Formats: sequence, C-alpha cells, structure tokens
Amino acid sequence: MPRRNDLHRILIIGSGPIIIGQACEFDYSGTQAAKALRADGFEIVLVNSNPATIMTDPDLADKTYVEPLTAPYLEEIIRRERPDALLSTVGGQTALNLSVELAEAGILEKYGVELIGAKIDAIKKAEDRLLFKDAMRKIGLETPQSQLVNSVRGGLDFAERMGYPAILRPSFTLGGTGGGIAYNKEELAEILERGIDLSPVHEVLIEESVLGWKEFELEVMRDLADNCIIVCSIENFDPMGVHTGDSITVAPAQTLTDREYQMMRDGAIRCLREIGVDTGGSNVQFAINPQNGRMVVIEMNPRVSRSSALASKATGFPIAKIAAKLAVGYRLDEIANDITRKTPACFEPTIDYVVAKIPKWAFEKFPGADTTLGTQMKSVGEVMAIGRTFKEALWKGIRSLETGKAFGSDKFDQSLIDKKLITPTPDRLNYIRFAMASGYTVEQIHELTSIDPWFLERMKEVVDFEAELVRLTAETATAETFRRAKRYGISDVQLAKTWGAAEISVRQRRKELGVRAIFSRVDTCAAEFESFTPYLYSCYESSCEAEPSARKKVMILGSGPNRIGQGIEFDYCCCHASFALQEMDVESIMVNCNPETVSTDYDTSDRLYFEPLTLENVLNIVDTEKPDGIIVQFGGQTPLTLALPLKRLGVPIIGTDPENIDLAEDRKLFGQLLENLRIPAPENGTATNVGEACDVARRIGYPVLVRPSYVLGGRAMVIAYDEEMIRHYMREAVTFSQDRPVLIDRFLEDATEVDVDALCDGEDVLIAGIMEHIEEAGVHSGDSSCVLPPQSLSENTIRTIEDYTVRLAKALHVIGLMNVQYAIQNGTVYVLEVNPRASRTVPYVSKATGVPLPKLAVGLMWGRKLSDFAYLTGGRTSGTLPVPQNFVKSPVFPFNKFLGVDPALGPEMRSTGEVMGVGTNFGEAFLKAQISAGSPLPEKGTVFISVNDHHKAEAVDVARRFADLGFQLVATRGTATALRSAGLQCKTVFKVNEGRPNAVDLLKGGAIQLAIYTTTGAPAFFDEMAIRRSAVLYRVPCITTMSGARAAADAVAARRRDPIRVWSLQEIHEARKTAV
Amino acid sequence: MNSATLALEDGTVFEGRSFGAPVERSGEVVFNTALTGYQEVFTDPSYSGQIVILTNPQIGNYGTNIEDNEARRPFIEGLVVREFSPTASNWRSDAEADQFLARNGIPIVSGLDTRALVRHLRSRGTMRGVLSASGTPADKLVEKARAIPSMLGLDLASRVTTTERYEWMKPVEPCSPSEFLARPPEPRHHVVAYDFGIKQNILRRLVQAGCRVTVVPAQTSADDVLALQPDGIFLSNGPGDPEPLQPQVANIRKLIGKKPVFGICLGHQLLGLAVGGKTYKLKFGHRGANHPVRNELTKRVEITSHNHGFAVDPDSLNLNEVEVTHINLNDQTLEGFRHRNHPVFCVQYHPEAAPGPHDSHYLFDEFTKLMSEKQ
Ligand SMILES: Nc1ncnc2c1ncn2[C@@H]1O[C@H](COP(=O)(O)OP(=O)(O)O)[C@@H](O)[C@H]1O
Ligand SMILES: Nc1ncnc2c1ncn2[C@@H]1O[C@H](COP(=O)(O)OP(=O)(O)O)[C@@H](O)[C@H]1O
Ligand SMILES: [Mg+2]
Ligand SMILES: [Mg+2]
Repeated sequence: MPRRNDLHRILIIGSGPIIIGQACEFDYSGTQAAKALRADGFEIVLVNSNPATIMTDPDLADKTYVEPLTAPYLEEIIRRERPDALLSTVGGQTALNLSVELAEAGILEKYGVELIGAKIDAIKKAEDRLLFKDAMRKIGLETPQSQLVNSVRGGLDFAERMGYPAILRPSFTLGGTGGGIAYNKEELAEILERGIDLSPVHEVLIEESVLGWKEFELEVMRDLADNCIIVCSIENFDPMGVHTGDSITVAPAQTLTDREYQMMRDGAIRCLREIGVDTGGSNVQFAINPQNGRMVVIEMNPRVSRSSALASKATGFPIAKIAAKLAVGYRLDEIANDITRKTPACFEPTIDYVVAKIPKWAFEKFPGADTTLGTQMKSVGEVMAIGRTFKEALWKGIRSLETGKAFGSDKFDQSLIDKKLITPTPDRLNYIRFAMASGYTVEQIHELTSIDPWFLERMKEVVDFEAELVRLTAETATAETFRRAKRYGISDVQLAKTWGAAEISVRQRRKELGVRAIFSRVDTCAAEFESFTPYLYSCYESSCEAEPSARKKVMILGSGPNRIGQGIEFDYCCCHASFALQEMDVESIMVNCNPETVSTDYDTSDRLYFEPLTLENVLNIVDTEKPDGIIVQFGGQTPLTLALPLKRLGVPIIGTDPENIDLAEDRKLFGQLLENLRIPAPENGTATNVGEACDVARRIGYPVLVRPSYVLGGRAMVIAYDEEMIRHYMREAVTFSQDRPVLIDRFLEDATEVDVDALCDGEDVLIAGIMEHIEEAGVHSGDSSCVLPPQSLSENTIRTIEDYTVRLAKALHVIGLMNVQYAIQNGTVYVLEVNPRASRTVPYVSKATGVPLPKLAVGLMWGRKLSDFAYLTGGRTSGTLPVPQNFVKSPVFPFNKFLGVDPALGPEMRSTGEVMGVGTNFGEAFLKAQISAGSPLPEKGTVFISVNDHHKAEAVDVARRFADLGFQLVATRGTATALRSAGLQCKTVFKVNEGRPNAVDLLKGGAIQLAIYTTTGAPAFFDEMAIRRSAVLYRVPCITTMSGARAAADAVAARRRDPIRVWSLQEIHEARKTAV
Repeated sequence: MNSATLALEDGTVFEGRSFGAPVERSGEVVFNTALTGYQEVFTDPSYSGQIVILTNPQIGNYGTNIEDNEARRPFIEGLVVREFSPTASNWRSDAEADQFLARNGIPIVSGLDTRALVRHLRSRGTMRGVLSASGTPADKLVEKARAIPSMLGLDLASRVTTTERYEWMKPVEPCSPSEFLARPPEPRHHVVAYDFGIKQNILRRLVQAGCRVTVVPAQTSADDVLALQPDGIFLSNGPGDPEPLQPQVANIRKLIGKKPVFGICLGHQLLGLAVGGKTYKLKFGHRGANHPVRNELTKRVEITSHNHGFAVDPDSLNLNEVEVTHINLNDQTLEGFRHRNHPVFCVQYHPEAAPGPHDSHYLFDEFTKLMSEKQ
C-alpha cells in the first residue's frame, strides 16, 4: 500500500494553548506531520489557536489559520478550504475530541472530509473507559475492576464492595482533571461530586486501586498492512498512583525479563488491533503487580502523546512524522530510517544508553494548591537527560531542572522524611537522597515509596559515593575518582561545592587529569549501523563521535524545561534562529534538554546536543565544536544567566553584549541610563534587608511593588500596601533573591501597560509591535490580554513610546531583539523594564505583522543590516511595522488544576499558555481570543457586577452597555446603588459574608453568565476569593479589571453583530507581500 | 575492586571491573543488541565459543530464574557489559546473575565502553579475544587471542549436542497470571529433532503446537532417525560454521523428500548446503531482537530475533529447486527458503524468540500443517 494519490489537501488540527497536560509536544508532532506530508506533495491546511507554535508559521503549511478550535470555526475553515482528509491524531486530546465532534455533527460527511489517522469508532473505543474495558476483556487483557457512576451514592456502594482506596476518573476530561484517589468515604464523596460536575458527560469511573504497582508505557506503531512495532518501552520510577506526566520515567524498561516484556508487547499489539487503530502511533499503559506479575491495562491513547514525543527523543525514531506518512497509506517497510539511511523504519529501535525524564512543577506560584501528586497531572514542564547508565541520566536530569537553588542548599527536615516518602510530592526525589544520606536502607525506602529497589540501589550507589567525596579535595582526588564522579553524572558544581573550590578550577583539574566529556550518538540501533545524524549527548567514555565540521557555525542555547514565564515562545525563537542560520549557510548547533520541543527534534538544526543548560555542559560542547558564535538572547532567562560567565571565559557571544543585557537588569546602572536619557521610570530603590526596604517604601510612598532582581515571569513579586506586607515579603523572598538586592518601585495604579518589541542593528531601530494591554499595569504582561494595533493610545503617547524605544535600543547598543514594557499613567509614559533579548511576545508579533522577527534578529547578530531585510519588512528599516487587522493575544490559566487557589491576577505571572484572535474590529478579535482561551463570553443572560468605589463611575458605563445588549444586571449593594442612581435596572445580591442567597449561590445555581469583579487592591478578602473561586469552578467568565470589562462588552457586541469569519495568515499578509 | 581485561587479536585492550568467575576464557568476540533476555543469551548453546558484549548498558537488573534457561547451563565464554547489577529485582528471580555465571565458571567484565567496542567490531569485523580476571598482562592476552583457532571450519555443534536421545513433553509455562497462552493440544505429531545446540524454547514451542518431540544427537544417521517413525524432522540451531558438518549435510540430503523438514538457524544453513548452496561468514553477524524480516509470500514484516555469524548465499541456490521466502530488510540477506517439490522449509532467524518478539510463532503451526497434510 504505497502513498494514497486520491488525497490532495489535508487538514491538521493543533492542540491549542499550552495547558497542564498538553504542552509543546504537540507543536512538535504537528510540525513533524505538516513537514512530512508537505514534503510528500500534499497541500496542508493547518488550524491552531496558539500563535507561539512553530506549526502555525505561514511557511509550514499552504494555509494557516490561527482561529478558535471549536466546531463552528472549523466548519467555516472546512467550507472555505474543502480538504480531502482530516488528520486527527497529532493535535493531542483537543484535536481528537474536536474531530469526533465534527464527525458526529455530520460536518465531515457534509463536506466529504475523510478522517485519517484514527477512525471515529476506534477513537471512541479507546476514549470511553467502559467500551475500552470491554474491548480488553474480549482479548483476554485484564483491567482494574471498575464501574461508571453518575451519583455519589453509586460510588459509595462500589467502594463498600471493593474497599478503599478507590481511584476516581471523570470521563472525557484532560490530564485526569477532577480525578483523584479517595482513601475514605468523605474524600470519595468530595472528589466524586466535583468529578461528576467537571465531566462533560457527568460520569465518573470509580476503579479498583492498584497503587504501588509498577507502571509502564509502550509506544506502538501500526500500518495499514497490520505491521506493528514497539518504538520504546518506558518504566515509571514512581509507581502507580502518580500520573505518568508527574512521574520520573526511564527508557528503556529496566526491571522486566524478556518473557514479561514480550507479554506486555503482545498485549499492546493485541490492544491496538482490537481498538482498531489502523495506522499511526498509540501509547498503551500497563501496571504490573511486583509480587506476582499480574498485569493490567490502564489506558491507551489512539494518537501521538506526550510519551511518544519523549519516546521519539529517547530513541531517535520520529513517531509523529512516521505516523503522518502511515496515515496517507505508506507501509512501515516503505519508509526509510533517517538516521541509518540504509535500514527501513519497520524495526524496533534499540538503545545503548538510559534516558530519564523528570517533571518540573510550579506550585510556588499557586500558594494554597495541594502539592500531592496523584492521578491528575500537575507539572508544567519536563527535562530529559541521556546517560550511559541510569545513575548518569538521573543526576544529569536533576541538574537540568534549573531549580534556581544552588546544589545542596535544599533544606531537609529529618522529622518529615517518612511523610515525604509516603506521600508523593515534587520534593520526594530530594527526600529519597536525603533519607539515604541519613542512613535509611533501600528496603526501608522501598517500603515507604514502593519504588522498585533496582532504582533505589542505583541512587544509593551515588549517594554513598557522594559521602566518600566529602573526604577528598580537588587536589587529593585522583583521575579515577573524577572519572567515577562524572560517570555517575555528578556535576563540577557539585564537586566544587563539596570541596569548597571554584567550579572552573575543579574543571581545570579534571581536564588536567584527562577526564573529559566525550559525545555519543543517538542512533536507534546501538551502533549496529552507522549514524548520519549528529544527535549527541555527553558522557565519560573512551571515544567521541561528535565529528565537528570545519564550517562556520553558531550555537544556540535553548530555554530548558517549560515553566510559567518561560515556555514555548522561547523555543519558537530558538528554532527560527536555527532556520535563519541554515539559510545564511551557517551551521546551526542547538543545545537544549526539553524533550517536548521542536528545537530538540534532530532535524530542526544541523547538529543537536541534548544536554543540560549549565556552564559545564555548554563549555564541553564549546571545547568540541569551537563555534564562531553563541546566541544567548533567544532562550529566555536560562541562557542569559550563562552569558557573562561564558563571555569571561572567552566564548564568542554574538548579538547584544552580555554586559549591556546585564546593565538593563542592574537597577543602579539602568536608573543612571534612564536619567541621562531623560526617560521617566517609576520612583524606585533597592534594599538588602527589612529595615532598608521599609525606609525605601516610606520614601517612595505606598503602594509599592517589591521583587527580587533577575527573575523572569515576575517570580515572587508582590504589591505591598503597607509595612507589614513588606516585612512578611522580605522573610519569604530572600531564598529566591540569591544575594541579589530586593527591588522596590512605586506602584503605578490604574496605568495602561504597553509591550514593545523592536529590532536594532546598531544604527537603525525598527519597532515591530506596540501592544496595548487590556488589563492595566499590575497584571503581569504575560497574564494580560493585549492587542495589536493599540486601540486607545493617543498619537502623542505612541510617538513618545517610539522615541523612547529607539533611544533605549541605541543606548544599550542592542544588536538583535529588544523588549520594553511601558506604563502610561495620566498621559505620562514610564519605562517599567527593558529586556535586550527576545521576549514572550515575539511569535505573536511575528504572526500579526507577517515579519519573522527572530530571522531578522539572527541576521543582525551575524552582521547583516536591517536594510538587507527590506524584502521582508515591506521596505521598512525604521518606524513601526503595520498590522493589517486586529490581533488579540489572551492568556490561559491552570486554575482548574489548582482548585482553591485565588485566580485574581497580579504582578506574578501564572498563565501557562496563550491564544490569538484575529478580527476586523477589536471586539471580534477579543471574542475569538476568549473563545480560544476556553472562557467564551455569553450571548445573553445575567451579568454580576461588584466593583470598588473608584471604579463605580466606569462600572456604570459598562453596565449600561450590557443592559443595552439585553443582559440583566445583578450587583452587590454599593455597586447596585450606583447603577440604579444612574437609572439602570438592577437586582441586589448579598456578599458572601452578608448572608444568603449570596453571589456564590447565584454562581452555583447558574444564575450568572458573566462576573465583573474588581479587587479592593489590598490583600484579597475571603469574600472576593470565594466568588472568583466558584467562578472558576462553575466555568463562569470572571473579569477582574474595568478595562477587561469594557473589552468584554465590545466582544459580546461583536458576537451579536459579526458572522463567523476566518482568515488564513497567508491571505492576511498577501497584501504586504505583493506591496514589495 | 578486582579488575578484568578484555584483549582483542588486533591489540585493542579494554579494562573493567570483574564480576562472575575470576577466571580467564577466550573466544570469538561478538555483540548482541537485544534490550531484554540476557539470561536466554547466556544459556543459548549457539553462543559456545563466543565472548558476548551486550549493548544494553544495564545488565543483571532482574537476576535469573530456572524457567528462562534455554539449556542446562550457560554456554557463553564470557560477558562484557557497561554496567553490571550485582543485585536482582524481580518477583521471578531465584538467583543473581552474578552467582548464576560465577557458579558456571564464566567471567564478566563490567564498566568498559561497550559502544566503542561495538563500533570497533562493526568496522573491523568480529575478532578473537581473551577475557581475563586472573591478572595476566595485556600483551600476553593479545598473543593468546591471536593463538585461538578461528571459527571458520570449526565443528562446535558436536561439542554441544546431547549424547543421549531423549523425549521432550514440556509446553511453555506462563510467566504471570496474566500471560495469554493457548493450552497446548493433545500431541498429534511425532517430531524428531536433531540437536546441534538446540534451544529449549524451540522444544516448548513444538509441544505448544501439538508435537511430541524426540531429541537426537547430532551424529544420528538418517536411517536411525527414520527408524523412529517421525511425522516430521526438525533441524536445530547451533554454534559455529556449518561447512565442517558434512556428515550431517549428507544425512539431511537423505531425509529431504522422506518427511516434512523444518530448520532454524544452523539447521537452515545445513539445509542450504544440503540443496547445493553455499554459506559464508558475515562481517560481524546478526545478534539482536529487532531485525525486520519480510515474509515474501505474505509481504508481512516480522520483527525477529537473530543470532548467527554465517549465512546462506542466495545466489548459490538453485531457484528452480528452492524458493526464497524471507528477506532481511536491514541488509537484504537471506532469512528463509522452502523447497519447491518437497515439504521442506527453514528460516535463518529464531521464530522461537527467547529472547525477542513473538511475531514468528506461526512457523511452528506451518510445520504441523505440513505434517498433517502428509498423514
Ligand atoms: N486503578 C488505578 N490504581 C492506581 N493508580 C491508577 C489507577 N488508574 C490510573 N492510575 C494512575 O493515574 C494516572 C492517570 O491515569 P490515566 O488512565 O493514564 O489517565 P490520563 O488519561 O490522564 O493519562 C496513571 O498514570 C496511574 O499512575
Ligand atoms: N511600577 C509599576 N507599577 C505598576 N505595575 C508594575 C510596575 N512595575 C511592574 N509592574 C507590573 O508587573 C509586571 C511584571 O513586572 P516586570 O518588570 O515586567 O517583571 P518581569 O521581568 O517578570 O516581566 C509588569 O508586567 C507590570 O504589569
Ligand atoms: Mg495516561
Ligand atoms: Mg515584563
């Protein structure tokens, strides 16, 4: 069965915004699929609401739509584009669910679109937990005992029979949202109630617990000729009970004999055949009872998944790419293995190294969230590390995490050990090390954690060796000791710390003793065949396979694990840097350790080093590659922290000088610079202790904004309204400030915030975008919606902003990209901060303007001038790029994963992802953005309004607009009075602490469709939190700022006025392209 | 911490840590890329005369257990791994891999750069070598390595074959309460199996397919075999070069046409010689559990288990007499053929797996089908 020639146009649906449980691994799979099919002559129509993705780059598809991923918009796209087929399996759960919806609504049939990848009934069989269990029983595979319930009573009865604990899993929710483990009646009732509510079909599966069993995953591929292969086996370090996405996982499986492994392999293949996934990749999860080997199937995903991204990176076998080719008819034996070239893709990769994946969490941003790890995924990112042994991989992985804490600075509490081992939380791994160091035996730890002793034994070997190291010094340590340490994955930093030496001198000594890192290849075949792709990892073996070229080459430092504040946007920039270099015929070398990303796809760059982003590992690569330049301004904060140390060691850094990047972060120097330039900034000062802080605040006047220096995403930033808050903050912040002073600014209230991205070649400055924020300053730039072009800024203000931006870029000698954040208060433009590097908004601006900013930036860093790129900028080398339409970017928040956390927005960034809406008017664009962000605005119904006194006037205007649109009004007493005296009809409702029925009751009762609720500024009252929380819980859009409320009114008006319209990026930017 | 040394005939020397028996053994140095099933490799008689490098860096993890043995004892000369786990973690384990090999006088060297070694052998071809934990100086070991007789022309089968004829009744035992195994039918066919170094899983699989098996020594004459009135004859896997096994080839010639014949690995090579073909030595052989083989009759691809250093040259076969049935998709080498006029077929790879995927079990049923047709 070769290529199907009856298909010409294929629609690919992406996975939308980055959320917990669905991150950039689907940009990776979507991009691979699009590339592979396009290369094969298919026309690609691509839809994804997430502008920060590589897959939505106009040159990756023939038609690219950044539009809401909902049936109505998809139908409109299908109507316009008439694709022959829809590839449903590379866009995560979102694409899969949407495909099912389109099929069931008859839309696919209506327009003659064939579903390829997975057929509708296969998807249903796999996704519906009951159908799945029946299917498995049919083929003799066990699944845990279970029952679907839609009432708490039903659940309690089941638990009476099966006993506790019980596992609860709502049907059709992503990443196990709303699920959990109930150890007793009370918990069962609580989780069940929530789960039934969250499940779109109001069903929850209650299941026999197999907590503590070994958990495994197999990545399976199948073609139309029924050839099946297992790409990779993955064993979870954390046993059943911790979501695979939150587990440390290891490839290949380590503790199974061939008999047991083959039993699982046979099961996985039977499972695929029974479910009827006729082409593509799937992943099957198993649990095995460590006492007797009993095996149960947990679930299967009939699509590429987070794990298949991991498996692809772990083996070098590009699952998504192959899956796409299989979907259009190819057989596995008709596709070549890129890496060996000679052999076909129809084989099972074998590896001669060990891979460890470690998740990264962001609980520090969600005070009050439950940090217990369970059946619901909570991590926001992950790192992967490759080592020749499990020890080496695990320790490399730990080092890749960038915890921000120096090694050994973790504080342990002896008395907590048992608890920390029994109840899985993010710091369990650290506590295992600590427990070992303080004399716990492997048996004891196994008792408490159920983690397989084999893993614990290996960890113990390192911990024991760490103890030996303490007795040595950098001088007394022999080559043998060094080699062993490195082969165990122990970093130079750790050695330096242990020996009270400097990292660099340890490195020197080590190299003198001849202990140097070498690089081995990921080749899918354990060296049985020659490898043609330089996909490398470091280890301490005998012969290096890097084979560096003699070409001109530039190394790009990636952004490491996704985290809130530093995510896919930076990977987008790094990938483009690589593409741009290749276009300029410069060899591109990528360094990153995030398995989810496009940047760690072996065919994104000329050479890929899958390595931790630490000084040590980067220097190792530099020693081997001797690059002509290193790019640090695209990977967010991660590479920046390495910039100066690297420069001091003589490593050539291209683009803006690290000193200047640093200058922009340095309060005193930067303040100086602004004064010289006569550019206003909020009054500010720095403090290194509580006393100083209070003095500064008193001088500036409250409210003030307090934060540590040098952090991205507004980590640990608060608005302090009085001295008490400052004192409290100083106690917390210090651990993060790492000997850098605390920064204190006057907080500009009710100011409009503006983000600016600009390009500078040293002489000319081209302003790429002036983004006006919807929420006012005080809401982190990453958390507020913003719009291009600006809607409410005066000509004057815009000119001032342009002028400041140009002068700042020149003063900082920026070569490449720069981002400035301004706040405009009563007509005055203040600079909040300058980041002489690629910012979070670069992909969004690139898509809105149709100008690939990172590509230009790299050109400039490599010595080109803006004038050289006139063909891309419509001839512009200065001024501001035009935007042909209205583009709104809106954030997406994970509050539904952290129930009980106050969703009020503030200066600390908490969104995980973003979406973009396009429209001929602001309202339309904002409406689409809100739909894409999962908080669609109502067409009619009741608006609840409760605002503090100095918002009352504005509240009246907003309320009137909603009234005119036919909405009912409900308000708390104060606000109600204001509205009535303005002649508006309005019911009054109690505040929570006033009595009942109160606002929360109305929200619960579904009597409110939209809540407008501004905080009183000061630390949130119980009342406000209660309302915002229940708004999240019952999925009622809750707007916490007046500007947001006005935007919402515009959007609702648009929803009434405008038909459903979509535009492809290609057609939007057609005009300017032809203009040149 | 005792050290061990691996020395190759070309002077290459690797140092590592010693496990298993602290002795000195020599042989042909080969590598296997399977991720699971080290115990099956240890105990596969086809490895006699060979020092085995396992490319999976973590070996010993799950210990060893009686059921997973492929023969009475391990047959490898020595084991070379990146990291050997002295402790075992698995519910079926009854001994640590360390004890298991030590008990049988087999040395292990751990901690050396197996990848470098494999790349070396891949480019230079298989070599003779000595693995020593007895402190012999490296240069001496290299000399010894050069003195080892080459595999070419060596009859190893006669060394490992059974001395006594015996009956085999045991089917495959499930390894877990969840293993999905059809109950073996009542034995309907009597199979006489030539033991050139037979793996027990072949016997278990024959029983699983409905056979009663009589295992006979490699030297048994064709007449003696026929005297046992078999419904079918099986030619087993085994170590080394098929060339020197001329008496066996002669016997097989006599048997072709008399009874259905099924051959695996060495058995396949002997059949190749019996029908007038030639065999040759591969540069570094096929040893692993991930080789794609296409069944030319069904066009289906099987992921297969391999262990052979020699192969049948397809160009040497008379295609009017035999038909190529299986091809290796990695290097296009011959993986199986059948006779056009007689119920005779064979494969170069290991349908019994152990270790490896179960994709090719169907071949045992094809054998019983042939026997049924004859009855
Ligand atoms: N019956 C069970 N007993 C104990 N843990 C379970 C059980 N079922 C699932 N889990 C745990 O919950 C996690 C999520 O379950 P899964 O079915 O994979 O949902 P998802 O679709 O979110 O991946 C699994 O990775 C496993 O660790
Ligand atoms: N002086 C200020 N007045 C009002 N809001 C401010 C002020 N300084 C910062 N902010 C708010 O805090 C957010 C984060 O501050 P910023 O300096 O951008 O930190 P980050 O480096 O995390 O982006 C800004 O987006 C802005 O909304
Ligand atoms: Mg899962
Ligand atoms: Mg900022």
